[in-house]
Amino acid sequence: MKTFSMGGVHPADNKISCDAAIENFPIPQTAYISMSQHLGAPAEPIVAVGDKVKVGQLIANASGFISAPVHSSVSGTVKSIETVKDIAGNPCKAVVITVEGDEWSDTIDRSEDIVREIKLDSKQIVERIKECGVVGLGGATFPTCVKLSPPPGKKAEFLIINGAECEPYLTSDYRVLVEMPEQVLIGASIMMKALNVSKGFIGIEENKPKAIEILNGYAAQYPDIKVVPLKKKYPQGGEKQLIDAVVGRKVPSMGLPIDTGAVVQNVGTALAVYEAVQKNKPLFEGILTVTGECSNQQKNFRHRVGTPISAIIEATGGMPENAAKVISGGPMMGKAVSNLDAPTLKGSSSVLFLTSEQTKRQEEYNCIRCAKCVNACPMGLEPYLLSKLSRAQRWDDAEANRIFDCIECGCCSFTCPSYIPLLDSIRYGKGQVMKIMRSRPKK
Amino acid sequence: MSTIIITVASLSILGLLLAVVLYAVAQKFKVEEDPRIDIVESLMPGANCGGCGQAGCRAFAEACVKASNLDSLYCPVGGNPVMQKVAGALGFEVAEKAPMVAVVRCAGSCEKRPKTNTYDGIASCAVMNSLYSGDTGCKYGCLGKGDCVSACKFGALSLDPQTGLPVVDEDKCTACGACVKACPKGIIELRKKGVKSRRIFVSCVNKDKGGVARKACSAACIGCGKCAKVCQFDAITVENNLAYIDFEKCRLCTKCVAECPTGAIHAVNFPPKPPKAEAPKVAAETPAA
Repeated sequence: MKTFSMGGVHPADNKISCDAAIENFPIPQTAYISMSQHLGAPAEPIVAVGDKVKVGQLIANASGFISAPVHSSVSGTVKSIETVKDIAGNPCKAVVITVEGDEWSDTIDRSEDIVREIKLDSKQIVERIKECGVVGLGGATFPTCVKLSPPPGKKAEFLIINGAECEPYLTSDYRVLVEMPEQVLIGASIMMKALNVSKGFIGIEENKPKAIEILNGYAAQYPDIKVVPLKKKYPQGGEKQLIDAVVGRKVPSMGLPIDTGAVVQNVGTALAVYEAVQKNKPLFEGILTVTGECSNQQKNFRHRVGTPISAIIEATGGMPENAAKVISGGPMMGKAVSNLDAPTLKGSSSVLFLTSEQTKRQEEYNCIRCAKCVNACPMGLEPYLLSKLSRAQRWDDAEANRIFDCIECGCCSFTCPSYIPLLDSIRYGKGQVMKIMRSRPKK
Repeated sequence: MSTIIITVASLSILGLLLAVVLYAVAQKFKVEEDPRIDIVESLMPGANCGGCGQAGCRAFAEACVKASNLDSLYCPVGGNPVMQKVAGALGFEVAEKAPMVAVVRCAGSCEKRPKTNTYDGIASCAVMNSLYSGDTGCKYGCLGKGDCVSACKFGALSLDPQTGLPVVDEDKCTACGACVKACPKGIIELRKKGVKSRRIFVSCVNKDKGGVARKACSAACIGCGKCAKVCQFDAITVENNLAYIDFEKCRLCTKCVAECPTGAIHAVNFPPKPPKAEAPKVAAETPAA
């Protein structure tokens, strides 16, 4: 079985919510729809206070090349356009909508039928994806239309659908693969048409045999898309690692995946693309896992964007008694939620509860130079060194040691026997170095 | 015996020859340096703190010697006495500069600004700031991890265990500005030391709207503008829901201090005024500034 060649770790996968079918999460009473749900410039609201909006109605325009429009996830009246705090407590602009009923925009096809025929041509597909505000749902929320329009001189050769879901606990992509396999495959075909490529792969880790089996069942219908079972190893779902695992090509340092001819899209993105292109449904819903050993319930929800995380916690039996930390995303790369009233975003993939035993920081010891972190780093960096350089604020040396190549997967911190929080200082150092690099005049 | 004589003689000759060579090389590649640089350097405090903007004391001395006047050069550590001496050595005139001191503009102690979550990561404000907005409701305030304390080369800063906030020792602070650069939240400011070290400043940098700021911290500036109205010297501006006192214009009348509804304006080193209810708090703040 295939996997990526360098580094990686094996955290226990803990997919305890994998058998919970996707349920629709109740529509909240008030939706806080953030304008910063994607990588890049925040969207610009086009509605005014007091306006009536329908589900799927455009409420904010993209404000730049790397940006995405935002659509209302609920129907009701715009209460205010204000600054709310995101999960990290940082302010972001949001359109606050008081929900009244559930009236959808007429243009959205709400039928259950699967639309197989792709009528639009490649330009129209990219345009539709752009209009529907589809962003990458694998974590980075990079606008999908940008990824589907390779820069001049670069040619896509194949599309890789990321079904690795290597983060422990998360099961949202798995549920999508099991419950809506054909939609994902159609979504992949649409993106292949947009990119004008004839080869597609779906990389799935071996710990999801049911998903692999189901998708293999469609092999005859979708002969261009090949299911590639992958050996379980974190961070297989990293874009660069997945390309290496599936086709054995390496993205050069500072390069883009397109340099290898690959375009990687997440399973969730493929579903969103299917819904956008075939059903004319903008991206305003997402699949979210509620899980954790201490969680009262194990759930997979289809949530409306803008639902407060506190409402989700409330609906699943409240804050678990011994929960010490709530994480949005997986335990390896997810972010701790310091503000429980923060709304969900397009890219929200989970609400994970961890106990104090699970999150306890061990006392930090000196580096014993065992080089475990070097072996674990999937990017071939030297985490112990980068961490030291960051702490000493030696940015030029950190840059020379390619700190900017760090994908922040956390393998180094995970593997360190001295419990050094290597990634914390590297992430800070990376931010500083990137700032310095960006401030340089372009040649 | 002859072995010893030969050894001593040959080594002496060798030493003599090499000395001649070294002397010749030293003469040939002699670097002509302005002797005044050494003189100026000897006058410097020798802290090499970089507070002047130069790489160290010698770099500062070189800059002084090269410069045509000393207007843009100032050693904050040595202050006016050192600059007078430097000016004397170089034959320049130098204007007296008001001494400065670092001021911590956050009064969000543990009881005034309750913690909303627990941070257990690396004890560094810079790292903490790169992760999230902080462990209280205020995203502007002090993170209390002491990056300023470790940046201070003069031991003038310490964290008060009671309040969790840094405290500046005015006698030790040289206003080199290292803490200002180290603070990721930009809380520390260099302000004029003032007559008898008396200063009035807004001890808050929260730019949130009044209600939001107040909810996060009871000592926050809510941007109500009362202080700006009461000020007769136009020293106070309110921008982005935050008042700022211009220390060049402030005449230390303390009217704004009494007017501030949240006690965000601090007056330090003033003689205590017993009658007012606010007075004990102001007095309590005196050592903290």
